[in-house]
Amino acid sequence: MSQLALVIDLNKCVGCHACATNCKAWNTSGEFGPLTDKEPYGKQPEGVWFNRVQTYEVGKYPKTEVINFPKSCMHCKNAPCVEVCPTGASYKRQEDGIVLVNYADCIGCKYCSWACPYGCREFDEHEGVMKKCVLCVNRIYNENLPEEERKPACVLACPTRARIFGDIDDPGSEASKAIREKHGYKLLPETGADPSTHYLPQRKIKVELDEDELCVKPLAIVTIEKKITSYKEQIIDDFMSP
Amino acid sequence: MKKEKHGHLLEEGEDIQYTTCYMCACRCGIKVTLKNGKIRYIQGNPAHPTNQGVICAKGSSGVMKQLSPARITKPLLRKKNAERGEARFDEISWDEAMDILVTRLKKIRETDPKKFAFFTGRDQMQALTSYFAKQFGTPNFAAHGGFCSVNMATGMIYSIGGSSWEFGGADYERTKYFLLFGVAEDHDSNPLKLGLGRMREHGGKVVVINPVRSGYGAIADEWVPVKPGTDGAFILGLIHVLLKNGLYDRDFLISHTNAAYLVTLDEGGEDEGMFYLLHERDMVNTQNTVWDRKTGGIREAHLKDNDPALLGEFKSAEGKTLKPAFQLLVERVMKEDSLEEFASICGIPAKTIERIALEAGITARDNTITLPIPWMDAWGNEHKTTTGHPVSVHAMRGLAAHSNGFQSVRALSVLMMLLGIIDRPGGFRYKPPFPRPVPPCPKPVNKAEQVKPNTPLPAPELGFPSMPEHLAIDEDGNPVRIDKAFSWEFPFTAHGMMQNVITNASKGDPYHIDTLMLFMANMAWNSTMNTSGVMDMLRQKDKDGNYAIPFIAVSDAFFSEMVSFADLVLPDTTYLERHDVISLMDRPICDYSKAADAIRHPILPPKGDCRPFQQTIIDVANALGLPGFCDEGGKPLYANYPEFVTNWMPSPGANVGFLAGWRGPGGTKHMFGEPNPNQWEMYIKNKSFWEIQLEDSIKYNRTVNQGYLNWAQNMKLKRDNEPIIMHFYSEVMQRFRLAAKGQRKGRQPKTEAQKKRILRYFDPLPFWYEPLEHQIIDKGKYQFHAITQRPMPHYHSWDGQNAWLRQIIGQNFLYMNRARAEELGINELDWVWVESPWERKIKVQVKLSEAVQTDTVWTWNAIGKYPGAWNLDPGADEAAKGFLLNHLITEELPHEGGGMISNSDPVSGQAAWFDLRVKISKASEPGLYPTFKPVEPLPHMEKRPDILRYTVDERKK
Repeated sequence: MSQLALVIDLNKCVGCHACATNCKAWNTSGEFGPLTDKEPYGKQPEGVWFNRVQTYEVGKYPKTEVINFPKSCMHCKNAPCVEVCPTGASYKRQEDGIVLVNYADCIGCKYCSWACPYGCREFDEHEGVMKKCVLCVNRIYNENLPEEERKPACVLACPTRARIFGDIDDPGSEASKAIREKHGYKLLPETGADPSTHYLPQRKIKVELDEDELCVKPLAIVTIEKKITSYKEQIIDDFMSP
Repeated sequence: MKKEKHGHLLEEGEDIQYTTCYMCACRCGIKVTLKNGKIRYIQGNPAHPTNQGVICAKGSSGVMKQLSPARITKPLLRKKNAERGEARFDEISWDEAMDILVTRLKKIRETDPKKFAFFTGRDQMQALTSYFAKQFGTPNFAAHGGFCSVNMATGMIYSIGGSSWEFGGADYERTKYFLLFGVAEDHDSNPLKLGLGRMREHGGKVVVINPVRSGYGAIADEWVPVKPGTDGAFILGLIHVLLKNGLYDRDFLISHTNAAYLVTLDEGGEDEGMFYLLHERDMVNTQNTVWDRKTGGIREAHLKDNDPALLGEFKSAEGKTLKPAFQLLVERVMKEDSLEEFASICGIPAKTIERIALEAGITARDNTITLPIPWMDAWGNEHKTTTGHPVSVHAMRGLAAHSNGFQSVRALSVLMMLLGIIDRPGGFRYKPPFPRPVPPCPKPVNKAEQVKPNTPLPAPELGFPSMPEHLAIDEDGNPVRIDKAFSWEFPFTAHGMMQNVITNASKGDPYHIDTLMLFMANMAWNSTMNTSGVMDMLRQKDKDGNYAIPFIAVSDAFFSEMVSFADLVLPDTTYLERHDVISLMDRPICDYSKAADAIRHPILPPKGDCRPFQQTIIDVANALGLPGFCDEGGKPLYANYPEFVTNWMPSPGANVGFLAGWRGPGGTKHMFGEPNPNQWEMYIKNKSFWEIQLEDSIKYNRTVNQGYLNWAQNMKLKRDNEPIIMHFYSEVMQRFRLAAKGQRKGRQPKTEAQKKRILRYFDPLPFWYEPLEHQIIDKGKYQFHAITQRPMPHYHSWDGQNAWLRQIIGQNFLYMNRARAEELGINELDWVWVESPWERKIKVQVKLSEAVQTDTVWTWNAIGKYPGAWNLDPGADEAAKGFLLNHLITEELPHEGGGMISNSDPVSGQAAWFDLRVKISKASEPGLYPTFKPVEPLPHMEKRPDILRYTVDERKK
């Protein structure tokens, strides 16, 4: 078995939206496009996006954290959208676990968007069909592309290289390794959908300063001279906070 | 049979082309897949030194730029009965347009060339545009640096001979401690993101010092919510702690900077505050001196066996009192209550400042990087290895856009010198052609007489003054330039002061002009302070009914707000439709260890009648018979821009030009060589860029690296191979002070106000002072600082109308600290009045945030649009709810000497956008203020579609 998936490192995501627009650029002209935009120059434009980035604040000032959260179809192992689809238009591929929509069979009933716990379905009003991330299935097996570029567009584009693509069922893959080593997690595990997309949490680096670091090493060749009256020689205990 | 190209198998009708992005100012390499002549996909070029294959939100949306219905594709002339701002034009031919412009310019050039003011905004070809203005003979040229980030450029260039972004950056691969100051999401875009990603990968600590935790702040390990305009105090606090604990790199200070040089302290002479010199005839390395601790006497600096003192007070043989520059800094920042004082200014607890300084200082000291790279310094000392400290910094507008920004950036530079983190592994690294001398050699026009009819300027319009004689002033001390750059009021204005052009020209202060030409500069909207006022100035007429600025020509590819105010509109192309150079003579794409440049070439035909602005420049220059573009008889030397790029040289036989790659016969020479007629093709074959790698031994310590200095001289990047000593102490600034004190021969300021200003702000050591605006307003009444942050998916894109990008941010809100807002009874999505001390107000919608410093409000910059501009629906969120803070910002302050003076840094002339303070009160009614009468779409523009279904797949249509 194999399950292709994205692993997204929130420790690197700066919320630049490159993944979102590059995805749109690749997919609007591909087999799963166009990604229709309503009122593109009008009052409130609203388009189909396979990939969106949300930004959250956590905590109270000044202990505030900001988290950018890119979100697209999670290609769930127990995909609820597939289960509820009355026509079989939504389906999960055996060979690689990618969830796709066959537009020809989609009747636009939106059951799938109600069932998706992650809000990752995009209804194209103009066509009356449901669209969503296809994990760039038309790139990853595309022999017209150089081998190193057979990756989803979002992965290629990401300027902080926060996105890893791979087979999470293969323990040797870069994706699986990142999940193991960097505490990868799934969104809303309680729903039972078993999403394939994993997120790597933000990690904070702290510098632990030990008093020894100031004491053991010589501070400097030069000592501040006494005649600067405003400065008085101090020892470590005078200025290190507990 | 599929064709293979650049590793792709091409289907029928497909093509792959490499060029350079221009969706912002970052200059990334892009690979464009085309299908039947339309864009299929734009991705990053993996081989490119700038972006290494990645691409941002803007670059990915290039296809929507091509599709925009805001494209202007015809030359336009304001209708006889139309007022400026109404956007009512007649479509005219290029011949007519050129005739109007050239007739006008010819007359100006024959009479008084300075009456032609040429200012370019988002210009990546300043080498061409400045050359054009110089050959025309007008000093009134600059690009947008004056209101962008010139404090970052000059503050660092006048200190260390290099700066951030295209001039240098952090060694992200090795840095373990990174201080990121202020809003930096715009400069530079992808390299900084790549770097941050690398840092998160290898576990370096990232500290963000910014009143707002947005953008890059999200992934920072620590957020330091400093008050706007106080970064300088924060940095001086860090310096205090480093000095107190001896956490500075003594060897680096002595070898790379002038920290140990002896300064003469005796007052009243022409040497007060200047370095004490020995007689030149006895010298080996330099005239400068140090106190040698071994011999207990004064010796020439940089002698091999010196042991210079950094501290102390000494006497020269003739009895002069001398102190090392370092000692003077110690005296400045090491007072008993210094740290508490700095802490109370910036609003960050002294304990936090102390901890961060110790973390940075100890990280630097205890994690020395040693590379097995031998090198020799400029004084012949051999070094077996190359060492460095893994601490680095990056700053941009957060420090720059204040009237105390130059000195804050000086403080940052001194911090970097103390830590010894400049051009060494793990720290800040220069990008070629930097480092340059401190300050660099070019000096601007410096006399009114140099502006003569029908004569090119003998010197550049812009440069780096190092003494009052370099200022652009006349015999009475009045400015030569319309923007008053390089005046006593604004001496180091290396990027000009575009922010004052319209205000000054409309007042006729210092003189009236005839024609203002703007390229990609939205001076009627987001690229100006006091937007409403500036729109009025553009419409302002004298008593005879003539416009105060008689003629305005604008080149733009889109229906920007500025276009509405033009008399003549010259339709430019997009970046995918033209030739361009990203030149070493301009703002190149170099990497720390590579010299590089790049091109654009047309991969799509120009739309309608639009024409690349570069070509327009060549055409105008040819029509005017400008020397350098034409021979002595006035006959054009170059038919078009690509030919100009291939063949032009600054002087005959110089063998350098706009492009450094594939010069000489057969394209076998690099950096310099004879013109090569096939140069463009060779660039295109190499994915539209060129690079050469520096050898390991000349990659580091380049200011004093003999191998590098020789190489740079040989490559014509540097005039000589003299070492570049960093200015810990700025003797250059002291020279201006001596002039103000009347202790220096030569030019001296004329007025008391000028003298006072120079004496106060031209301090040779960094210090913090309250921003100029704050010094004169009622801070109790205007309690909030109001600043902007740069939206990553939009900034610098010239693409606010982009159908995809505007879906990401289409309405900007005023973000307020939640607790503070609630104290004022303001709730989420309330509308509030925001008033500045300059009798200006706006009404906008609020969002509450925990990620903003309590005394600060902020919004996204440049999201708000004039209704109807950019061919957006006049009811679009950008126009109906989005707003500009610019309306509130004053471009002028009352001047001590009477009258008004630009609201800019008194050293560099940087526009002080971020000094704005406001009063906020809940509005009783919702709705935007001010509102404007919408402009109609231009008749020739494409109609706005209701539905957009872009695809190149014919089956999908």
